[in-house]
Amino acid sequence: MNDKKTSKPTNRREFIQKGMRATLGLSLAGLAGVAAFKASADDYVWQIDPFKCVSCGRCADYCVVTPSAVKCVHAYDLCGYCDLCGGYLKPDANALSTAAENQLCPTAAIKRKFVEDPYFEYEIIETLCIGCAKCVEGCSAFGNGSLHLQVRHDLCVNCNECSIARVCPADAFLRVPASSPYLIKGDFTTGNSTSNPT
Amino acid sequence: MNRYQKIVYLLPAILTGLPVWAQQRFPKPEFETGYVQPATSQPAPRMLFLEYFDVFVLVAALTLATWFVVRKRSRQGVLWTSVFSLLYFGFYREGCICSIGAIQNIVLAVFDPSYVLPFTALLFFIIPLVVALFYGRTFCAAVCPLGAIQDLVAFRPIELPKWLQKILGLIPYLYLGLAVLYAATRSEFLICRYDPFVGLFRFDAEFQMLLLGALFLLVGVFVARPYCRFFCPYGVLLGWMSTFSKKHMTITPTNCIQCKLCANSCPFGAIDEPVEEQGNRRSNVQRLMAYLLLVPLWMGIGGLAGSMVHVPLAKFNKTVYLAEQLVANPEIKQDQNNIDARTFMQKGKTMDELVTEAQSIRSQFYWGGWVLGGFMGLVIGLTLVKLSSHRNRNDYVPDKTNCLSCGRCMDYCPVKN
Repeated sequence: MNDKKTSKPTNRREFIQKGMRATLGLSLAGLAGVAAFKASADDYVWQIDPFKCVSCGRCADYCVVTPSAVKCVHAYDLCGYCDLCGGYLKPDANALSTAAENQLCPTAAIKRKFVEDPYFEYEIIETLCIGCAKCVEGCSAFGNGSLHLQVRHDLCVNCNECSIARVCPADAFLRVPASSPYLIKGDFTTGNSTSNPT
Repeated sequence: MNRYQKIVYLLPAILTGLPVWAQQRFPKPEFETGYVQPATSQPAPRMLFLEYFDVFVLVAALTLATWFVVRKRSRQGVLWTSVFSLLYFGFYREGCICSIGAIQNIVLAVFDPSYVLPFTALLFFIIPLVVALFYGRTFCAAVCPLGAIQDLVAFRPIELPKWLQKILGLIPYLYLGLAVLYAATRSEFLICRYDPFVGLFRFDAEFQMLLLGALFLLVGVFVARPYCRFFCPYGVLLGWMSTFSKKHMTITPTNCIQCKLCANSCPFGAIDEPVEEQGNRRSNVQRLMAYLLLVPLWMGIGGLAGSMVHVPLAKFNKTVYLAEQLVANPEIKQDQNNIDARTFMQKGKTMDELVTEAQSIRSQFYWGGWVLGGFMGLVIGLTLVKLSSHRNRNDYVPDKTNCLSCGRCMDYCPVKN
């Protein structure tokens, strides 16, 4: 009789413990199951849709990496190799030359190289680029838009939520599969004909 | 084509204003000198197998920590595992990917149909919880880099009064609720944004972030593991699992001899002392029943309060904030220095569309506010129930919910196997 009395509460407590453990286990399994429907074996990384980007310049300021992991890239396929390059030269440049006062880039990260008359090749020096998008703005306004921003994955630390994406006014940041991590204009042609009705 | 021709071509492009990508303004030249066009470099992201290797390291560290805590009963082992985790998940992986932040990925996967969840994030979320369901919070003890860095600086822990611990202990629930709310409404990842230590792990962050981290570490010298105990939202989930864990760490390997040596050993105040029921049994039970009946009332009050603050809560959503700004001050639409307003005007979305979108997000926050408030009411109600319920305890035992399984108390126990 006495024995029964002392063992009964422990049994009840154990029963509650077991029941709760099973409930928690099942709800975990349920949550994992629901989430697993959306899961992909691939990893995801951040990238900028160059057709949505409005070159506001926030990429230079908001990245957790200093200087920003967003850099300008050059989609050579699109480039017109212009002498009068809207991405390289200031709008009021007084000469078409490499002189510092004519350059639009604040860090002189674009290398202008003569190819043949009247064509010039423009190359981004990534170690100097800060991702400010000034050249992107110039190139899109006056040229073909071959200069555009991309997240460089050798520099990006792939934050769970990109701190630039949070402030991007154009919602141009996307999570893309790590197996195709770049959206370079030219080989990435969606939006080429649709993003701008003009 | 010379310079002047280009300017002539340029004029209509400038006049039409908008950038035109549809047709190349300046066709790619045909080079005569055999110029070879360079390729645009595309440095690859971190290899996929390394992401899975992280999961492997997580499992290995968890297994090791659990073995040290539950089987080996070695504080030294736990300590060195936590140093390893700090180096690997903290300084090498720079605090990202982490189980705490993975909560938001799971929530987003549930609520956002367009979001694709990386499988590794799911594993990082689920594995520590499953382990906690069986062996307690060994993840906190030695695997979480945020816990490890705080554990190493807890030199002079002081004991906080119980009432303060209880009140501060409500913050993680609120933080968890807010994090889920903001992730579910696709607003932002709150936990990642206010992660205090990720800046230290990267040796690079904005000033406020480093300040927050330094502050937590400074407070952590005296109040052991302040983030884990009074902020960590993942700790809430781990606590639920650990409360009902199958085989939790114990202070004594066999029977407690009531020596009281362990009583002050826990820097986290997670050891329950022996207690006898006080007062009259009947009135105790009545009080318990009264508190139980009050739970729905708490939930109602909480829900109402939550729904009432949905407007300020929704302000943190980018779309809602922009809509509010544009409605309140229509003149900023013309302000070229306001990047958000300028971009909105450029995109050609109408004001009506924006307002409708903002309103629908706000209504999500309204219902989210009810759920969040109800949840907080439930937590407060159950905390009161727990405080008023009495359970006779004869021995010194770890409080399974809040015990971080660090193993300090085990060293104080004179009973050996």
